[in-house]
Amino acid sequence: MISVILQIATKIIAPVQLIFSIYLMLRGHNQPGGGFIGGLVAASAFALYAMAYDVSMAKRILRFSPQLISAVGLMLAVISGLLPLIFGLPLMTGLWDGSISMHFIGLGDLKLGTPLLFDFGVYLVVIGITMSIILSLVEED
Amino acid sequence: MDLVLSVLPIFLLALIAPYLFRLSKKNTGLILALIPAAVCIYWIANIGHIESGATRQFSLLWIPSLGINLSFYADGLSLLFIILISGIGALVLIFAGAYLSGNPLLGRFYLYILFFMGAMLGLVIADNLLILFVFWELTSISSYLLIGFEHEKEASRRLSLQALLVTGGGGLALLAGLILIGLLTGSYEFTDLLQNPDIIRSHSLYLPILILVLLGVFTKSAQVPFHFWLPGAMVAPTPVSAYLHSATMVKAGIFLLARMNPILGGTDAWHYIISIVGVITMVTGAVMAVVQTDLKRLLAYSTVSALGTIVLLLGLGTVMATKAAVVFLIVHSLYKGGLFMIAGTIDHETGTRDVTCLGGLVRFMPITAIAAGLAALSMSGFPPLLGFISKELIYEAKLQLPALSGLVTTAGILANVVNVAVAIIVGIAPFWDDEKIRFQPEHEAPLSFWVGPLILSMLGLISGLFSDLIGRQLIAPAVSAVRAEETLVRLKLWHGISPVLMLSVATLLTGIGLFFIRHVLRRLAANLKILTNIGPGSMYKFMIDGVLRFAAWQTRIIQNGYQSIYTLVIFAATVLLILLTFSGSYLDFDWFMLTDVRYDEVLLIFIMLIAGFSVIKIKSRLGAVIALGVIGYSIALLYVLYGAPDLAITQILVETLTVILFVFVIYHLPRFTELSSRAVRIRDAVVSILFGSAMTIMMLKAISIPHAPISDFFMRNSYLQAFGKNVVNVILVDFRSLDTLGEITVLSVAALGVYALLKFKTTRGKQP
Repeated sequence: MISVILQIATKIIAPVQLIFSIYLMLRGHNQPGGGFIGGLVAASAFALYAMAYDVSMAKRILRFSPQLISAVGLMLAVISGLLPLIFGLPLMTGLWDGSISMHFIGLGDLKLGTPLLFDFGVYLVVIGITMSIILSLVEED
Repeated sequence: MDLVLSVLPIFLLALIAPYLFRLSKKNTGLILALIPAAVCIYWIANIGHIESGATRQFSLLWIPSLGINLSFYADGLSLLFIILISGIGALVLIFAGAYLSGNPLLGRFYLYILFFMGAMLGLVIADNLLILFVFWELTSISSYLLIGFEHEKEASRRLSLQALLVTGGGGLALLAGLILIGLLTGSYEFTDLLQNPDIIRSHSLYLPILILVLLGVFTKSAQVPFHFWLPGAMVAPTPVSAYLHSATMVKAGIFLLARMNPILGGTDAWHYIISIVGVITMVTGAVMAVVQTDLKRLLAYSTVSALGTIVLLLGLGTVMATKAAVVFLIVHSLYKGGLFMIAGTIDHETGTRDVTCLGGLVRFMPITAIAAGLAALSMSGFPPLLGFISKELIYEAKLQLPALSGLVTTAGILANVVNVAVAIIVGIAPFWDDEKIRFQPEHEAPLSFWVGPLILSMLGLISGLFSDLIGRQLIAPAVSAVRAEETLVRLKLWHGISPVLMLSVATLLTGIGLFFIRHVLRRLAANLKILTNIGPGSMYKFMIDGVLRFAAWQTRIIQNGYQSIYTLVIFAATVLLILLTFSGSYLDFDWFMLTDVRYDEVLLIFIMLIAGFSVIKIKSRLGAVIALGVIGYSIALLYVLYGAPDLAITQILVETLTVILFVFVIYHLPRFTELSSRAVRIRDAVVSILFGSAMTIMMLKAISIPHAPISDFFMRNSYLQAFGKNVVNVILVDFRSLDTLGEITVLSVAALGVYALLKFKTTRGKQP
């Protein structure tokens, strides 16, 4: 079931979707969004590739194995939780540095802190597991 | 700080060991040995500080709300263990490098054994009891990996699992005991407990606590009736036996017993339980040892006997007994570690461990023979080695007992006599006995084989000669720590002609006599072999088989591979649990609350109901999927109505991805037909209706209970404390981030499971 229309549309839509997913993740702290939602949107972009082309294409776009992606995500989440220990604070305390903030169009000022790192970890884990399940299901045949 | 620096590098070293092994195949063992050797030398250099009664402490808050802190503490007892663990560990690493050279998995072996070493070091310096427990379990797990190192052998897998289950089961009991201690005293810090040592002893829960802790100790230190795992664990490569089963892991139980002495010891229950178990273990181990013909099994059973001796001495609890226990602990670690390595060397050079086929090896392996001879002399308690002093102390301690002195001493003499015979069988006969040379080595083993045993046996000799120094600097602080009071230790080689000396001489002579009638004993034992059928080993097997049969049975019934059964079981169980919880209580729900339902909500509910019925009735799979999707999207709309945009977005995305998944697999699914009989459909309908009703009741109950919603707290503090305006997200990534961490971990594991299941099926399909 190869559709040229879907393939071309995918090439245009998927990148937008990926950027949108990052946007969703970043804005999550103040507006609806977050790592989980962002991760799902990103995963659906890759799934779109798997649908319009085939699994190997989706894998190529994904570059890394889904298991690796979720492992890295999990590690980032753990690291963000361990960081406060260095400063003598209890595990998983959110660390914020008000002095570092970045300006994003459409987001306003974004403060950096370990919760953001944690959310990014969640984002990666969600992409990893969704793609892991989708890819291994589709590869079945 | 130096405490942490003695443990952390070992763990880091464990991580890089496999990579190091790839770089330098030949010398990895030697390089790795440097770090534990450095730790050992550092603490020997610091003996002076600890000797004067000072302790080291280091603490880091971890989970203060549960009283779990990364707190470490070292006193004389810890110091003694650190030196033994790191020192013998360094020698074993060198030995392992030679013994296992050529094994492609050697890198992994280093990883395991260093991991074990780190866990063991952490265990002996832990101040917080729960941290101690964590390290305790880490030693169990790493020893499981080590015992089962040759995992392609069925026996290795079975016996390593046996060791893990026995010690792990004891570990669970220990955990319960430690938690009880924490609940009673309000602190898990050992140093806090030391301030008020009588709280636990005078509490009504003292006996349960003691028994739970002792279960941990007895399983770990291979006391009867849990001793059977230790001889089984001899399937491990010999370096593992030399390290874990002589000097370290089995001594972890001893360590805990000594540690707990100030807060749990001194009562009648303590004395009786521990002494009786100790005596029985001491005698059982000895009797079983002398009839073995395999070098490692000989050593294993004699280790059981030695552990029994130490446990007995700690149970007696007098000053003399504590001294004897500490000295014997050192002596045993030195000679037993050495003898295990020698057994490995013999095995490596001749290809056999059967003592009936070994003899005259001294001509080929003179250096190994010297090391073995010294170790055997120390083991049999020959002057001027430290083993002699230790045996004198043990006899003295036993003779001093007010009650039961005769019985305990007799048992002790029996065990020691056997020890002498075993020492000769293992350490002397294979080298000097010239009767039969069936297996000839070609040459002396290389340096890295004999250097460890030689150093250990020389230490046994040197420490005997300089016993006063050892006594003051190493043993006195340890004894003081065990007794929680300043204790002087004066060790002497020569006590003059005393009853104790007479006993020693008699023991030696009888032991030598026993050596000469060993064949008779072995024949006798062969006739009694039937007795093993009622031993604890076969009890264990019976239990394990039972558990496996039960597991197979219940898997066949409730996990038979049909999705519908799984769902049914889950739903039925949930219904049962809810009904059980709410049975007897009645629902006082304010039904008028339902009147302010909005029309759009009613509309949504109707859509969902219609979709729900369609799912059941529709004849095409795609149609059913779409109908399910309608329900999902309607729920998302409900979220929107109630002002939960995050939930709504998530719901919509999940629904969408579910549809995508269906599209992917729909062509592979079998035809969508109705296979279930009428009866089954009625059963399913009943369970569904019950499940729906139970959930409804639970909902109504939940909203009719008056309570202050916790959402207020999050609303108020979200921006103030966590700098986020989106409360849902702030809860996920900040207030409850530990939950989220747990969830994403579970999700990752589940995804791996899905991956593995699907891959497994494909490979099996391809290769029938």
